[in-house]
Amino acid sequence: MTHPPETGPEEILRVEAVRVVLSGRLIIDDVSFTCLGGEFVGLIGSNGAGKTTLMRVILGLVRPAAGRILVAGEPRSRRNPLIGYVPQKINLDPDVPMRARDLVGLGLDGHRFGPPWPSAKRAARVDEMIEAVDATGFADSRVGSLSGGEQQRIMIAHALISRPRLLLLDEPLANLDISSEREVVKLVASIAARHKVAVVVSTHDMNPLLTVMSRVVYVAAGRVASGTTDEVVTTRTLSRLYGHDVDVIDVNGRVLVVAGRENEGLHHHEYDNGEPPP
Amino acid sequence: MFSAFMINAWEASTIVALIAGIVGFFTVLRGASFAAHALPNGAFAGAAGASLVGISTVLGLGVFAVMGAIIIASLGHRVRSDVATALAMVVMLGLGALFLSMTTEYAPQIYSLLFGEILGISSTALVPTAAMGAVCAVAIFGLYRPLMLSSLVPDTAEARGISAVRTEIGFLLVLALVTTMAVPVVGTLLIFSLLVSPAATARSFTKRPGAAMGISVAFALTTVWAAIAVSYVTGLPIGFFVGAIGAVLYSAGRAWASWRQGARTTHRKADRMASSSPSPRGRWTS
Repeated sequence: MTHPPETGPEEILRVEAVRVVLSGRLIIDDVSFTCLGGEFVGLIGSNGAGKTTLMRVILGLVRPAAGRILVAGEPRSRRNPLIGYVPQKINLDPDVPMRARDLVGLGLDGHRFGPPWPSAKRAARVDEMIEAVDATGFADSRVGSLSGGEQQRIMIAHALISRPRLLLLDEPLANLDISSEREVVKLVASIAARHKVAVVVSTHDMNPLLTVMSRVVYVAAGRVASGTTDEVVTTRTLSRLYGHDVDVIDVNGRVLVVAGRENEGLHHHEYDNGEPPP
Repeated sequence: MFSAFMINAWEASTIVALIAGIVGFFTVLRGASFAAHALPNGAFAGAAGASLVGISTVLGLGVFAVMGAIIIASLGHRVRSDVATALAMVVMLGLGALFLSMTTEYAPQIYSLLFGEILGISSTALVPTAAMGAVCAVAIFGLYRPLMLSSLVPDTAEARGISAVRTEIGFLLVLALVTTMAVPVVGTLLIFSLLVSPAATARSFTKRPGAAMGISVAFALTTVWAAIAVSYVTGLPIGFFVGAIGAVLYSAGRAWASWRQGARTTHRKADRMASSSPSPRGRWTS
């Protein structure tokens, strides 16, 4: 394999003309986009738009009916160490005998046989990751007793410790209060920049990500539009994507996507923020 | 208490407790307590069937335990796991009722499987018990990390190539082997309590997974040894003492945990009052 001279960030993820059919139902069709190293990509769409399905396709857990996925230039496969994944929710009993740092350690070698052998090197790596997600204060607490935001940080460290090139976070901001939400966004943005990881964050509300996203992949009506925020989040592009007239309204730097005037009352489910159109 | 025939009882019960403590750790971690109840009880029907056709009851136990594990695992991703477990148990118990009705003679050796024959273990039965126990221990230690990852964060484990379905089958087969090994020694009811209560109690005493497994083994051994000794002295059944000691240890564990929790909260409050300005990390530590 020859490496071309590095001119810019490497392409980490390429999704090409992907179609997904689940139990006879077309979920998404003709989805294409790319992500570069260090990019912070927002995967935006309402609940049920197919964001989680798209992530599962990228992870290799769902086989696309058509199209292909390349991760760092290679066809995607299961057990891809290049991808770190943080699911939307983890359900742990508060009394599970497992410290936050034990779960981070399992991110490094959890797929291997046998019990983990303590080593100074392993401990140092775990400590480094815990520091990177600012979790030192609760690293020795039972992981099930932590708050949603704290568990989110631990799961990010768990995903990041195997040094993936691509980090997928499924709705990391759901169930977080506003201050934890801001902290998590800031943390993920700094990780993308510092570790040169391509980060894909799915969310139904793009507003918390507006200042940090370098690229938007907007999922609606089974298709996607991708590009910079200015290219995608426009009345024209989103109307074409939804197949209906929608209005994109700027309110003090926050974006509202609402159904257009003539369709008023027909497409309440497409409001991304739950507020009625003006 | 340490006469020749009792030595076999001590040895067999020690092996069973050791393995129950190890496998019980994952039983509780995976929320598989119901399977730990269903497999020994359902496998009892296999022993009844085996005595009907005149083959070894241990073989019957093993076949039914494995069959139960396969039913639970294969239904498990279609229906809820507790329903799958219940269905497997219902099928096996139904067969057990049939087999018992067809046995013309009274079969005390089948009924003894309910409560075990801890004092009647022969030294020839010790070897297969030890061998099956060793296979269980090797399987659990071999699968330790994937099993743990899949039990705690199944989605993430799946994304790393650890199949939830295969992990479930693997674990249930180990549980089936524990059943086959332990039921002739301690009976269906006691293996259930040894799989669940020591491991559940251990959680109150540590927050480290390795230590929790160690404490689980220690409690399982303590429970069995104490139960045999007290039963020998009092003449009351071992099963009563296993249950009672399990309950006492669990209650003591909860009391200890909540007492420590209380002490920690008081400490934290004092800390918070002492530092007037919150640290930048305060939000995450509180």
